[in-house]
Amino acid sequence: MTDPAAARSGLLDRHIAFLEALRGAGLSVSLAEDLDAVAALTSVEWTDRSIVHDVYAATLVKRQAQRPTFDALFDLYFPRLVGGGVAEAQRAETEGSEGDGSPVRDNAAALEAFREALAEALEQGDEQRLQELAAEMVGRFGAMPGRGPGLSSWSAYTALQRVAPSQLIERIVAALLGEGLTEEEAERSAGRRVGAFTATVEADARRRIAEEKGAEHVANVALRPSIDRIDFTSARKADLEEMRREIYPLARRLAARLTKEHHAKRRGPLDFRHTVRASMSTGGVPIATHHRPKRPHRTELVVLCDVSGSVANFAQFTLLLVFAMRESFQKVRAFTFIDHVHEVTHHFKPGADVVDVMSDLAASTAHAALWGRTNYGRALTKFVEEHSDAIGSKTSLLILGDARSNYSDLAADVLKEMAGTVRHAWWLNPEHRRHWGTGDSAAPAYGDIVDMVECRNLTQLAEFVHDLAL
Amino acid sequence: MTWFSTPADASDRLHEAGYLADATTATTSYLAGALEKPLLIEGPAGVGKTELAKAVARATGADLVRLQCYEGLDEARALYEWNYKKQLLRIQATSSQDDQDWAATHDDIFAEEFLLTRPLLTAIRRETPTVLLIDEVDKTDVEVEGLLLEVLSDFQVTIPELGTIEATRRPYVVLTSNASRELSEAVKRRCLYLHLDYPDAEREREIVASQVPDLDDKVTGQLVATIARLRELELKKAPSIAESVDWARTLVALEIGDLDDKAITDTLGVILKHSSDQARAVKELRLGR
Repeated sequence: MTDPAAARSGLLDRHIAFLEALRGAGLSVSLAEDLDAVAALTSVEWTDRSIVHDVYAATLVKRQAQRPTFDALFDLYFPRLVGGGVAEAQRAETEGSEGDGSPVRDNAAALEAFREALAEALEQGDEQRLQELAAEMVGRFGAMPGRGPGLSSWSAYTALQRVAPSQLIERIVAALLGEGLTEEEAERSAGRRVGAFTATVEADARRRIAEEKGAEHVANVALRPSIDRIDFTSARKADLEEMRREIYPLARRLAARLTKEHHAKRRGPLDFRHTVRASMSTGGVPIATHHRPKRPHRTELVVLCDVSGSVANFAQFTLLLVFAMRESFQKVRAFTFIDHVHEVTHHFKPGADVVDVMSDLAASTAHAALWGRTNYGRALTKFVEEHSDAIGSKTSLLILGDARSNYSDLAADVLKEMAGTVRHAWWLNPEHRRHWGTGDSAAPAYGDIVDMVECRNLTQLAEFVHDLAL
Repeated sequence: MTWFSTPADASDRLHEAGYLADATTATTSYLAGALEKPLLIEGPAGVGKTELAKAVARATGADLVRLQCYEGLDEARALYEWNYKKQLLRIQATSSQDDQDWAATHDDIFAEEFLLTRPLLTAIRRETPTVLLIDEVDKTDVEVEGLLLEVLSDFQVTIPELGTIEATRRPYVVLTSNASRELSEAVKRRCLYLHLDYPDAEREREIVASQVPDLDDKVTGQLVATIARLRELELKKAPSIAESVDWARTLVALEIGDLDDKAITDTLGVILKHSSDQARAVKELRLGR
């Protein structure tokens, strides 16, 4: 790759820019892997874009969670086509005869014709055609002309609003029913196809914008972080489902890591008696020392979660993770609150189904609220009144919430008393540290009494639970 | 020898060996051979990680050397060991003759003859093409990873008494992992990475058909559709390819000609191994028990 011709062609520049973008997105791509990628690229033919994609994936991405980020960046730096592609040029030729000069036509008739074509492609599930249609759709209906070069842009949102593929679902379902699928299957696959098409359109809009403004710009603003780094408070519905799937593998990984670390320091204090006894066989010389087995220490855990709208997701994840790892704790009890306290321990039966637990939890939220406005002071007072048996000198107390108490009484002395009773108390806050203390947040006040820990995403949560169980 | 000449060649030959690889798998398998780098395969249990290594061995006519990893695996089991019983015999035999001095004996007992080679050393010393499969590498301790580093990067092993043994012919190394723990960056850096996931419906159909040719085409279609549906549910353990194939075999054995709700309910235990998963499947598929 030191060949000056290669450098001039910009290929190497693009390669390095791509790697920089990957690093910027949080993938740790080392120089060795960079060289591997180049070596690998020289050993394959570049006739097929997917091969180049696979080569980069095999040499640079070593963690599956980072794969979506990689795929999105690859599409930006090595786009599938440039501009509207050959298809658009052909369309311009056939339609150009009408003489308006504009390469893409955008009017009601065109919209109708396009929707017709889209419905047909969706009915057949033709991937290739759908790709082309997505490109056409963005070019035609998502264009936002600017005043000068570099100022025009493309909007997937506008395009999707105007074409409204979700309104085609019924038609697709009808077509699929005709193919002999059951109604349920037809609805599911129709929904899936439209969802996939929407994602394609969004990706294509990103590609167009990247062409206009440079890939770096889009990489910086439009890409979502990988699933274990998405904030609980800003996660979308699809993200939440994906995170939920991550909980059990995560718990398993954590448990495996814990067993290993417990093993590593299993040796307890010297068992003098045993050592001397054993030294008899070697004439009184203690060749091998014997140790007492270390008593496994297990934490008794009481979790107190704020389940009001703003932090409900965070509370659910933490509860799921804690209960998935229940073997690592002596005993776990969980309470939810908004302005009233409600025990939810019984929802977490061993081996229970995640979906059922989640719906039970959601249903029980009503018990945790009297007026429905978060009131930490009242909740803490109620907890001490009704469940003071839950906390003792052996328990660790875990409070989850954003400490936003609607300017009500904080009952700080109640919390101080609780913190004094238990072995250790933590407060997990799903907000970024810089937001603590802004508005009605009582984070600094509570943070003075108990240790407040920032816990915004799965990675931070896993790290915290691991340290807790150790 | 080159392992595969092109990605397409890799795909064809793996197919002949009975492994239906998708484009990504074929390209990555080709790269592992072309760059002579180890291939790290991750993915859920039962998607054919180990099978890929075996298929590469079959497709290229190489021999397979397998190192199964487990907690507590050490150098003596993975790399080499001195056969101390035989050494002891040797010492006793020479000392009774009295005509050999200690230095000679010393050199004698640390010779090739007393070396017990374990999988890693075996694979490196082989003259013929070899596929080295290091299975479930996530089960080992972190120390073994350190041991692997020298083998994986330079394909050499240092034995203090004998010196450094270099690979005469680099083996095709495949590491598999269930991701029960994160491997160290150092190991990952030296490997190519492939994540095997559940296949799409079309490929799964081909796999089931090729593994269980006795199964009726219609039932195969129903089976694949049901499995795909199950994977969309939130289950503790989604059924993998191994389970699909098991299920297909079960259906053949029970002579079930139509996969209706009753047949699914009766044989659900083959594909779902948690009772809560089975309950959810019954509920979601509306099997009506």
